[in-house]
Amino acid sequence: MTGLLNVNNLSVDFKTDSGKIKAIEDVSFQVKPGETVCIVGESGSGKSVTSLAIMRLLEFENGEISNGEILFKEEDLARKTQDEMSNIRGNDISIIFQEPMTALNPVFTIGRQLMEGIQHHQKVSKQDAEKKAKELLGLVGINDIEDRMYQYPHELSGGMRQRVMIAIALACDPKLLIADEPTTALDVTIESQILTLLNELKEKTNMSIILITHDMGVAAEIADKIVVMYAGKIVEQGSVYQLFDEPTHPYTKGLLKSIPQDKGPRLKRLYSIQGTIPSLTQLPKGCRFHPRCEFATEKCLQEEPPLLKANEREVACWNYEDVIKKEVKQT
Amino acid sequence: MLQFVIKRFGQSIVLILIVTIITFFLMNLAPGGPSSMMRLDATEEERQAIAEQLGLNDPVVVRYGNWLVNAFQGDLGLSLSSGEPVMDRIMERVPYTLQLAVWTILISVIVGIILGILSAKKRNKWQDHVINFGSVIGLSVPSFWLAIMFILLFSVQLGWLPSSGVGGASLMEQFTSSLMPVIILSTATLPTIVRFTRSSMLEVVSQNFIRTSRAKGLKERVVIYSHALRNALIPVISIIGVLIPRLLSGTVIVESVFGWPGIGRLIVEAAEGRDYNLVMGVTVIVTIVVIISNFIVDIIYSKVDPRVKNVG
Ligand SMILES: Nc1ncnc2c1ncn2[C@@H]1O[C@H](COP(=O)(O)OP(=O)(O)OP(=O)(O)O)[C@@H](O)[C@H]1O
Ligand SMILES: [Mg+2]
Repeated sequence: MTGLLNVNNLSVDFKTDSGKIKAIEDVSFQVKPGETVCIVGESGSGKSVTSLAIMRLLEFENGEISNGEILFKEEDLARKTQDEMSNIRGNDISIIFQEPMTALNPVFTIGRQLMEGIQHHQKVSKQDAEKKAKELLGLVGINDIEDRMYQYPHELSGGMRQRVMIAIALACDPKLLIADEPTTALDVTIESQILTLLNELKEKTNMSIILITHDMGVAAEIADKIVVMYAGKIVEQGSVYQLFDEPTHPYTKGLLKSIPQDKGPRLKRLYSIQGTIPSLTQLPKGCRFHPRCEFATEKCLQEEPPLLKANEREVACWNYEDVIKKEVKQT
Repeated sequence: MLQFVIKRFGQSIVLILIVTIITFFLMNLAPGGPSSMMRLDATEEERQAIAEQLGLNDPVVVRYGNWLVNAFQGDLGLSLSSGEPVMDRIMERVPYTLQLAVWTILISVIVGIILGILSAKKRNKWQDHVINFGSVIGLSVPSFWLAIMFILLFSVQLGWLPSSGVGGASLMEQFTSSLMPVIILSTATLPTIVRFTRSSMLEVVSQNFIRTSRAKGLKERVVIYSHALRNALIPVISIIGVLIPRLLSGTVIVESVFGWPGIGRLIVEAAEGRDYNLVMGVTVIVTIVVIISNFIVDIIYSKVDPRVKNVG
């Protein structure tokens, strides 16, 4: 157990009007110090739920950790009280959310929202907090810092707001930064700027990053390790080289094929995996992916595949040997 | 800021004009005349003479015109029933109504916000149900009936509180005599503030920035009472502007029941006596009070919500 973070058999339930739904099941992965782990998967596969579970923010949104442990520096976050968590959140572990436009409080200034966390965790004077806040704004590439400190969120663009969110997340030099699709709401140029920024910051601070994305291209650029999720479960994980060179799950293979290529004829239709992700209340019997899988056999319809481990990589597929051998057909 | 004030001023003039026109014409549709002409022993000629003297025989439009010209010069005329200047009669009543109104607003806002937060925090628990039940009762029971019940219970049966009047010079007496009127008036305003605070609070706590403030590690106390409340109060402030007219119309009943010498009772007296000048005077003053209080509410609103930029 050398990980900074070890998530073991994590399951999350949501209480809804129509009963309990299992949003994620039996999720296990590890993040080592200084490592960047990407969690990829389609919309609704449980990426955000996983990150909220690690932050223990689920309780505020009718969710609960029904099983498993979240070991951070050998301590189980799943067993901590919210009071204890408030010393860890924003301090040792930080998160950047998916929606920069609404993630900042509209009635407080940028400066105040930045300084608040610093003052809470580090018990420094207001002057010191202010100095640190300005440093952070500089670090994330914001100009006119003196003015920005006194501006309100609505006076900033989406990209600027996400930079402020990153500054807030970095405020107390976290060991682990969770970035939940930090760029999906932003346009492409800003996206690459933000990703470059995250990469630079990682190099400077040696923190670990969990980057959530549904873009395999992004994962390829910045990940050390990739965790692929589908309908609430991990279907495959391994190093970025292993996954890109030799994907062993049909879903991973499909995701890789759907990365837009710079080269080649532009008229060629972009590959996309047929079908859609099932709703959590109507999961198919057997393997969750089988209705969309061209490798599906009788066994896949009946039995759910376990996560098989080999060479530091894991895959949940009955037919992974076939998958390795055969090219995915172009549809 | 200046631009905003000027615009507001223009709107207010138009509003006052509309209100006075409606009042003037409605009032003249009602049968009867000023009570000073109602002396039982007055002959028909005497009445005619007085009516002529007061200009009551002119067409309504002409009379409104005359009134308006004088009013614009700051002259609201003489009370038809007592002969004193209308302004004096109003001003001697204003402090009493103000006393009730200020206390009612203060209590409604403070208690209303506290109960609203509690109700939101204990959503669907018994505390929430109790508060909600109380709000429904408060809003739906007619205040004159409640006032009479209060008097029967606290004044007649228990003898704790005076049934009418403003009390003497001592603070204690002033407190005991205004307690029931203020409570009755609050039943029309407090439940609205409770409900607005509750729903606004519930909406705010599900927003993303609340999750952000938790993710920063802030204590739940700070998240709720600083981040959430500050946002939740924005719609609550704007509802206060709406409640002020409701409160002032409530004083008409409450002041009458409790024999409270304020504006609310004055307008009843004026209307009963067909004291046209006095009715118009009270209408103008009350409208101005409502306009000013809404103006203050808007200024506070813009201070609380940085996204509102038109007020300096
Ligand atoms: N508060 C909630 N109550 C009930 N169900 C929820 C709740 N939050 C998430 N879910 C469900 O959990 C599943 C996983 O959601 P999640 O937000 O983790 O997806 P995601 O992988 O982050 O997708 P995206 O790429 O769209 O962000 C979804 O089916 C979603 O409907
Ligand atoms: Mg998500």
